[in-house]
Amino acid sequence: MDSQEFDVRNGQSWEWSAVPVLGEDSFRQKILEECSQWASPAGGGASPAGGGARLVNLFAQLEDSGSIRIFVMLGRDQEGKLPVFSMRISQDQASFQSLTPELPQAHMFEREMAEQFAITSIGHPWLKPVRYHQNYRNVPDLWAGIPSRPIPGAYPFYRVGGEEAHEVAVGPVHAGIIEPGHFRFQCHGEEILNLEIQLGYQHRGIEKMMEDVSAERAVLLAESIAGDTVIGHAMAYCNAIESLSDCEISPRAEAIRAIALELERLSNHVGDLGALSTDIGFLPPAAYFGRLRGEFLNLLMELSGNRYGRSLCRPGGVLFDLDQPMIENFRKRLLIARKDLKEISDLFFTKSSVLSRLEGTGIVSTKIAQELGLVGPAARACGCGLDVRTDYAFGMYRFHHIPISTVLSGDVYARSLIRWLESQRSIEFLLDLLTQIPEGDLQIKGSGLKPNHMALAMIEGWRGEIVHVAMTDSNSRIARYKIKDPSFNNWMGLSMAVRGAQISDFPVCNKSFNLSYAGHDL
Amino acid sequence: MGIQILLHIGIVMILSPLLLGIIGKTKAFFAGRWGPPLLQPYYDIGKLFQKGNVYSITTTWIFQAAPIVCLAVVLVSSFFIPLGGLKAPIQFWGDIILFAYLYGLARFLMMIAALDTGSSFEGMGASREAAFSCLAEVVLFLDFIILALLSKKFVLSEIIEGNILSSWPLFGPVLLLVGASYFLVLLVENARIPIDDPAIHLELTMIHEVMALDHSGWDLAYIYYGGAIKLFVLGGLFVNILIPYHSLSSVMQTVMFSGGMIMLALTIGIVESCMARLRLNRIPLLLISAFVLALVGGIVVLVKGV
Repeated sequence: MDSQEFDVRNGQSWEWSAVPVLGEDSFRQKILEECSQWASPAGGGASPAGGGARLVNLFAQLEDSGSIRIFVMLGRDQEGKLPVFSMRISQDQASFQSLTPELPQAHMFEREMAEQFAITSIGHPWLKPVRYHQNYRNVPDLWAGIPSRPIPGAYPFYRVGGEEAHEVAVGPVHAGIIEPGHFRFQCHGEEILNLEIQLGYQHRGIEKMMEDVSAERAVLLAESIAGDTVIGHAMAYCNAIESLSDCEISPRAEAIRAIALELERLSNHVGDLGALSTDIGFLPPAAYFGRLRGEFLNLLMELSGNRYGRSLCRPGGVLFDLDQPMIENFRKRLLIARKDLKEISDLFFTKSSVLSRLEGTGIVSTKIAQELGLVGPAARACGCGLDVRTDYAFGMYRFHHIPISTVLSGDVYARSLIRWLESQRSIEFLLDLLTQIPEGDLQIKGSGLKPNHMALAMIEGWRGEIVHVAMTDSNSRIARYKIKDPSFNNWMGLSMAVRGAQISDFPVCNKSFNLSYAGHDL
Repeated sequence: MGIQILLHIGIVMILSPLLLGIIGKTKAFFAGRWGPPLLQPYYDIGKLFQKGNVYSITTTWIFQAAPIVCLAVVLVSSFFIPLGGLKAPIQFWGDIILFAYLYGLARFLMMIAALDTGSSFEGMGASREAAFSCLAEVVLFLDFIILALLSKKFVLSEIIEGNILSSWPLFGPVLLLVGASYFLVLLVENARIPIDDPAIHLELTMIHEVMALDHSGWDLAYIYYGGAIKLFVLGGLFVNILIPYHSLSSVMQTVMFSGGMIMLALTIGIVESCMARLRLNRIPLLLISAFVLALVGGIVVLVKGV
C-alpha cells in the first residue's frame, strides 16, 4: 500500500498520471479506513488520537482511453496533507458500490457524479438529481421520470404519511430578495419532521464553461460563482491557475488578497448578524449591523473599485495597490469599526429576549456535523475545529496566523456567536497586516499552463472551505474544472438542524447558515 | 345620533393610521434612522386603493367578503367607546359582549378566508391565530368582568365613564393589573412584537400577516385599514381605562385622550424597539401571565368587595 501513498498540499500541482489508481475494492476500503478515524478536535488545534481524514473532494473525469476515472481527495487536517488517489470504471458499466451508507459525507458528491457522468452508485439511499442537466457523456440520464429542468412538483420528495402529517412547500419564488430554492417540509403541527431542500434553479454550467472560455473570461466566471463570495472564488481560481503555470506571486499581492478576503468575510458576517436580528424582530441592531456591513464593503470598494471586490484578483497577482495614505485611512476606519462592532454585539448578545430566541434553536450535534462533513463557520459552531487558513495555510496565512474560533453548542446562537468571534479576529488580522504590508510587484507573469497536470486550491471563504481543482490536457488546455462551494457540504446541515424544530424557527435557522444557492448550483 | 355616529366614524377613519405612523417613527428613532414619513400608512392605504384586486380561482366569495366585513366590524366596534369629549353613540345593556365578539367575528372571517385559499401558509397562520386568540379572549373577558364588578354596570361606556374615576382611589392597583393584562391582549390582537412582527416577510413565522398574503388591492387596503382602526379602538379603550379624565370638561377630555393615544403609540414603539420577538411556543406563556395578572386583580376585587 505504501507505494500507493500520494499526498499533496494546498496550492500544489502534479501530473495527474502520478495519482495512484486503485482497484474498486481497495479504493473504497481506503476511503472508509481513512475517514473512519476522523474526529475533529473540539477547540481546534489539539491533535486527535487517530488523526484520520475527511472527504474534501470526490469527482469523476473522462479519460482519453475511454474509461471514467474517479478521483478522491481526503483532508488530513492535522498534517495539512491531502492523500489523492483514484479508480477506473468502464463507460459501459458505469457503477460502483456507494460509499454513502457508511460515509454520509459522500452523499452529495455521489449524486453529483451520478448526474454529471451517469454513474450509478449502487446502494445510495437518496440518488436524486442535484442540478438538472444532461450528463457529460451523452448517454441516457439515470432519471427517466424526472424532467431535465427543475419543476418543484416533479421530484420524488420524501414524504411522511399519516392523517395528521402535513406538507408545506416553500419556494422556489420567495418573499424578499433571495435566490430560488424549493423547501419541502413534512410537519406534524408546528413540528418539522423532515425538510428536503431541492436546488438547481441557478445552474449555469460553470464547470463546463470553464473548459471552453478564454483565460480572461474564466476569471470573470470564477468571480460570479457566488455573488457574495467573489474574492474567495477568484482567489481559488487564481491559486489553481498560478500553480499550473508555476507562477509565484509577490508577497504584496498575497497580502492584498488576504486583506480583501478578510474584508469580504467581515462584511458578510456582520451582514448576517444584521439579518438575524431582523428575523427575530429586534430592529436597532439590524440597522446598526447593516450600516457596519456597508462600512466594510466601502473599504473593499476603495481597494478594488467594486463593493464586492470584482476585478481585484487576477492570475499572477492583483490589479490594485494600497498606498500609504490609504493604509492609514483603512487602519483608522477599522479601529472605529472594531469599537462600533463591539458595542452593537454587546447589545445583541446580552439581550435576554435575543438569547431566548437563539439558544437551543436548530441544534446540530458535533457528531452529525462530522458525519455530514460540514465545513466553515457552520462546522466550527458545532465544535469542529477545521479552518483552511490554519489547516492548509495558503498565501499570507502562512505568515500571519488567525486563531480558529469554535463554539460547542451547535445552535443558532453558536452560529451567530462564531460570526462575531471571527469578525473580531479578522479585524485584528487586518490591523496587524496593514502595519507591515510587504513589498513586491503587483503582477507577475507566469508561463503557460503545464500539460497533463492537476492543481488543487483551497480557500477559507467566509462560508467555509472553497475547493477548486483544475486539470489540463496534453495541449495545456483546461480539461476539467471542479468547483466545490462550502454550501455544497452545508445544505444538508440545515436540513438536520431543523429536524424536530418548530417550523416558525426555520427562517432563523436558515439565516444562521446563510448558504449560497448559486454556489451550490454552479 | 346619526351625526354622532358619522362624527365617530370620521374621527376613527381619519386618525387611526396616524398611530401606526407614530409607532413607525418611534422604532426608526431607536434604530438610528429617519424612518418612513409619519403619514406613510395613509400613503400605503391610498396606494392600495389605486390598485385592482387579484383573486385566485380556488377561492370563493368568503375570501372576497372577509376584508370588507372586517373593516365594517371594527368600525362598528368603535361606536361603543367614548373618544375623548365624544360620548359613545351606541350603548345598551350587555354591549360589552358584543364589543368583544365583533372582533371574534372579524377573526373568524379572516380565518375561514385564509383556509379558503387552500395555501399551507395561510392554514398555518389561521391555526396559530385561532390558538392564540382563544387564550387572549379569556384574558379580555376576565378584564371586562373585573371592570363590570367594580362599576356594577354592564354597559361598556358606563363602565368606563361612571366608575373608573371613583375606583381609582380604592382600586388603583386592580386597575393597573387590568391595564397590564389588557396591554398584552392589545399587543396580541394587533399582531405586534413580541407576539408577531408586522414588518417581517417570512411566511413561516408570521401569524396575522400570513393570513393577508393572498389579498391584494382594495381588499388588502381594507385589511390594513381595519388593522389600524382595531389598534385605535382597542388602544382607545386602554386609554379610557387607565386615565380617569371623564369628569373634566369635554375639551380637556379630548386633550387627555389624544395625549393618552400618543403615549400609547410611543409605548408600543418602545416595547418593539427594545425586545426581540418571542419564540412561537412561548406566546401561550405570555398570555397565561396576562391571565394571571388579571386573575390577581379579580381576586382582590372579590375578596375586598366593592
